[in-house]
Amino acid sequence: MSEAVLDPRFRRKPPKRPLRLSWSDERVRGIVWQILVVAVIAVIVWWLWSNTVRNLEIRRIATGFGFLNREAGLPIAEHLIDYSPTDTYFRALVVGVLNTLKVAVVGIILATILGTMIGIARLSRNWLLSRIAGVYVEAIRDVPLLLQLLFWYTILQGLPGPRQALNPVEGVFLSNRGLRLPWIDWQAAHSFALLAFVIGIAGTWAYARRARRLQMADGQPRKVWPIGLALVIGLPIAVWGALGAPWTPDIPELRGFNFRGGIVVSPEYFALLVGLVTYTSGFIAEIVRAGILAVSQGQWEAAQALGLRPGMLLRRIVLPQALRVIVPPMTSQYLNLTKNSSLAVAIGYQDIVSIANTTLNQTGQAIEGIAIIMLVYLTISLSISMFMNWYNARIALVER
Amino acid sequence: MIHATRLRLIRAAGAAALGLALAGPALAQPQPQQAGQGATLDAIRARGTLVCGVNTGLAGFAQPDSQGVWRGFDADYCRAIAAALFGDPNKVRYVPTTAQNRFTALQSGEVDILVRNTTWTLSRDTSLGLDFPAINFYDGQGFMVRANAGVRNARELDGATICVQPGTTTEQNLTEWARSARIRFTPVVIERLEEAVGAYASGRCDAYTTDISGLAATRAAQPNPDEHRILPDVISKEPLGPLVRQGDQRLTDLVRWVHFGLLAAEEFGITQANVAQMANDPRPEVQRMLGRTGDLGRMLNVDNAWLVNVIRAVGNYGEVFDRSLKPIGIQRGPNALWTQGGLQYAPPFR
Repeated sequence: MSEAVLDPRFRRKPPKRPLRLSWSDERVRGIVWQILVVAVIAVIVWWLWSNTVRNLEIRRIATGFGFLNREAGLPIAEHLIDYSPTDTYFRALVVGVLNTLKVAVVGIILATILGTMIGIARLSRNWLLSRIAGVYVEAIRDVPLLLQLLFWYTILQGLPGPRQALNPVEGVFLSNRGLRLPWIDWQAAHSFALLAFVIGIAGTWAYARRARRLQMADGQPRKVWPIGLALVIGLPIAVWGALGAPWTPDIPELRGFNFRGGIVVSPEYFALLVGLVTYTSGFIAEIVRAGILAVSQGQWEAAQALGLRPGMLLRRIVLPQALRVIVPPMTSQYLNLTKNSSLAVAIGYQDIVSIANTTLNQTGQAIEGIAIIMLVYLTISLSISMFMNWYNARIALVER
Repeated sequence: MIHATRLRLIRAAGAAALGLALAGPALAQPQPQQAGQGATLDAIRARGTLVCGVNTGLAGFAQPDSQGVWRGFDADYCRAIAAALFGDPNKVRYVPTTAQNRFTALQSGEVDILVRNTTWTLSRDTSLGLDFPAINFYDGQGFMVRANAGVRNARELDGATICVQPGTTTEQNLTEWARSARIRFTPVVIERLEEAVGAYASGRCDAYTTDISGLAATRAAQPNPDEHRILPDVISKEPLGPLVRQGDQRLTDLVRWVHFGLLAAEEFGITQANVAQMANDPRPEVQRMLGRTGDLGRMLNVDNAWLVNVIRAVGNYGEVFDRSLKPIGIQRGPNALWTQGGLQYAPPFR
């Protein structure tokens, strides 16, 4: 790209020519058309807006976003931040956005892993494996997602009640109230250890970069993993130990109607996650398969002729070329998964659509409620697009 | 040649844009139905049918029967209003509405009136642009649990998982009650009635909460109703009634007085069976109600025999109640007439 710009031939521009006020002048025509299009769009938008405002006034329907500061009074079962029904609608909506992100982010990661595995399995020379992958893809893609969500939710409801909960491992309970897992009594030391873990990952990444640069200079490969291990595992343990190594397990136990203690994965979240991941992975599998098939056989043969081992061959030759084909359609699948998470409302997972719907119903302000939902999805989708476009540009074939 | 064609195109586009700009304010003018006094009533008359928003299917209130005919307490109110307007209870088109879209359907004019067990609250009355002409059913929120759970009253629900439908007063009542009773619960919030009830039936929730009338309907629809118990606690007031858009006082008055007419008919002993003979009843108020004397019907802008048509179509309030709600196990309770110690009371027909 940069070389291309430096080429003096690209700096040449056509000679400037004064505008002629005539339809035969291409630039004048262009300007007039653009003004017209903008004017038509502006008139339509203005008409829709003024018509709406007028009719709301005539029908005496309340408008504005003042309701956001009012007490919500709606119960939310799952919240990543502290929430109680006495909080405002605004906080309830934030909880909803976080719930949507919780299912979308985890869903995208799992769907990518599962989809890639199935896509590769479908190309496998093992007859059984490739057929199973083929059947999976066809079955999953051809059944509507809403139906699949209801299917998973119904299956989870068929689990025994809390008193007869399945107890495969000490402290783990599986019932129709969800999966209860033991957890630890979270303290400051744990937060610092988590921070150290993140720093360890960043440090390892920086070290790996440096090692690669040095290898480029002197040709000596350097081992990254001992230092990486020390940073990622050793550092958090050291921090945790230095702060007194607090360790109080929080084991769930049955009390009254339900389990208390530990952490819970609710059936609603689990059904939504499983539904979204299996559904989207069917599409991702096909994208991955197409990407790998797009790398010509000659590339494989050439790499083998150079004596590259299979792992190296995939990592260095095939995947970099396949990714260029895979990433753009993958972006669409990530966007689909995020937007499909709005089907959560059918199985009682309280995402942004569920909470905004309740809000607009309680306040009667439908236009504002829908606008909030649209804004949230637009923001999330544009963020995913921007990230994927950046990644796509990074891995794009550099033409010299 | 090409340029000439383009030029025409451009001119046409310009004219269209200008036209739209001029049409904009014209189209944005209030439609006469919305603003004028009595315009909704005139529109219903001109159309010849009443468009009535009802529940998507709640036993006892509004549900299509095996022939696809809407039956129930709310559906009978639609019939009664159509009978008052047209003298024919069948001139109704029923539009099923969910808890979520009911107000929008009425606000946008998709339905003329909404008879869909909707609770009258201050904020709904003031901020939706709608009016509640009457309270046709006094309800309250309660809980249903499985009989074998060993729960005898709502205070024993601490720690329970409770299924609830979103976007209704039910959800807010539940949280407020839990707060004041110091009860912790886990909500499972599911929009569709069938899914919410299904989650309760499968054991995902320990309790299901909605208005007591709704609980009775749900319990009656279970394969084995005796396995479920409705707790005695009533945690809220739920005055249910029909809704109309603001701006047409004549329709509001008509809906209100159809309800009062049903009540007064029960009070004076006028039934579907004896309405013809009652025309000869000597009591002056009965004479006025049935349009033998005076012009009360004309004051409501309908035929003077309006109440005769209503009673002939659906019977009096007690008959409507007994036909739809008694079979699913709902007692009159607060919905008894004031003469029986209940809350249902009609102002004088004078």
